[in-house]
Amino acid sequence: MIPVWAQLAYLLAAVCFIVALKGLSSPRTARRGNLIGAAGALIACVTVVASSDFDHLSAILAAVAIGAAAGTIGAYRVQMTQMPQMVALFNGVGGGAAAIVALLELSKLPEQPGGGGIVELIAAAFTILVGSVSLAGSIITFLKLQELMTTRPITFPGYPILYGLGLLAAVGLGVVIVLFPSILLGVGLAAVGAGLGVLLVLPVGGADVPIVISLLNAFTGLTVAASGYLLQNTLLLVAGTLVGAAGTLLTLLMANAMGRSVFSTLFGALRGGSSLGSTTVSNRPVRSTTPADAAILLAYADRVIIVPGYGLAVAQAQHTLRQLVDVLLDRGTKVDYAIHPVAGRMPGHMNVLLAEAQVPYEQLKEMDEIDPDFKQADVVLVVGANDVVNPAAETTPGAPIYGMPILHANQARQVIFLKRSMRPGFAGIENELLYEPTTTLLFGDAKETMSKLLTEVKAV
Amino acid sequence: MSEPLVWLTFFVLAAFVGVEVISKVSSILHTPLMSGANAIHGVILVGAMLVAGTAESTGELIMALLAVVLASINMVGGFVVTDRMLIMFSHRRRAVEGAKRPELER
Repeated sequence: MIPVWAQLAYLLAAVCFIVALKGLSSPRTARRGNLIGAAGALIACVTVVASSDFDHLSAILAAVAIGAAAGTIGAYRVQMTQMPQMVALFNGVGGGAAAIVALLELSKLPEQPGGGGIVELIAAAFTILVGSVSLAGSIITFLKLQELMTTRPITFPGYPILYGLGLLAAVGLGVVIVLFPSILLGVGLAAVGAGLGVLLVLPVGGADVPIVISLLNAFTGLTVAASGYLLQNTLLLVAGTLVGAAGTLLTLLMANAMGRSVFSTLFGALRGGSSLGSTTVSNRPVRSTTPADAAILLAYADRVIIVPGYGLAVAQAQHTLRQLVDVLLDRGTKVDYAIHPVAGRMPGHMNVLLAEAQVPYEQLKEMDEIDPDFKQADVVLVVGANDVVNPAAETTPGAPIYGMPILHANQARQVIFLKRSMRPGFAGIENELLYEPTTTLLFGDAKETMSKLLTEVKAV
Repeated sequence: MSEPLVWLTFFVLAAFVGVEVISKVSSILHTPLMSGANAIHGVILVGAMLVAGTAESTGELIMALLAVVLASINMVGGFVVTDRMLIMFSHRRRAVEGAKRPELER
């Protein structure tokens, strides 16, 4: 039985988590919110150790220390550009932990007095299955975002059949476990779950992967809730449910920002929607320019809009870009950054990346605010972005990004497109904007090109 | 009210709170919010410790300790990486406030 003081401490921790989520949804309170969440987690951990009579306490504390050290090192080492896949990994291991907890509980359930109730068994089967989906799915999202495997949707003939069989096997095994609980069947269920997790993420295109991370995050939340029921621990139930619900809503909001439904994100590729995707280098004619000419365009423009993308951060060119913008501002040019909601690798990622380069907040304009200004812009400088200015999102039904709101850079008088090569963007489709008569391309590494531009603009 | 029904009540109420509490988030904060929520479900560490503390065989203990390690990575790493993201937002705000202050004094 859990002592009363411990129950109250768990309640306090649950309140901390609610306050944390509330704080995280407003820029002013976000950091404090996160720290309150961490405090809640600390309260919960101290409470469980102090209120239970644990065997193997030193081994447990050593395991916590190892995990905490690994997590901290990972969190400090990761570059901000790679953060989405780090979050995916953290989420995956959480799902794995929940699955292991449920497996071990499953092996104990039939022995407990009055244990092995049907609801407990269902909760155990659910946690094992969904926890392994989350673990395996997160690993695949990590591999995709790290570009260790192709970022293009992967489908194969028979995919729907295999997926259907997997689902059937999962439900069947789940039912058998409820009737005849055994750890061996539990391991089997975990294996099926892992297979389903891999199948779930394979057909998702690189640009949509963040939505899947958020979905898997919600999944893990629900497994934590179910294991809370299994362990008769209210804190786990409440915290898991909070994350499950908030994560589900967040997934819908993210999908909304990309102008698509969660369903088409997950299964769109199966309808052959992304057959337009191409990783081949196009050899259609384009107009290219030199840093000196581009610098003259920039220097004599009255209104410049920068469209930054993930490539900017990969090249670590954001500091040079800021210097360039400062020089232009000194010349009296009006310059803003147009931030597409999904610029970077997930919603809000570009804000984090530019904040890192200390770009002042008021120069960052959200899409709805800046989009009408493109008509008046003399020059639009696209740095490391591609899909977010691709008119195919409006003109080509069937393109993987069709329906995504875009920045109308094509309405500006001049577009200068910094590109490393003619390789298509993360979504793997060609960008018609590159072939517009108003567009000139500036080839080369973003950082190098940017510093050349900076020197040239200073010299004008 | 029977025991499972009490838990169902907790579940439904917590689900509504979870949706309500983040319903007004701006898209700027989607990434940190996801990361923070991710850290919160690291509280599965409590469950992993409970299972490890009552493990009866060596095999069970090893599995449970593995869960403890994984859950601690999730929890600690999650909060730290979220904080790293949010520090940048607060630096930026301080810089903006710093830039505005001279105007106020004038």
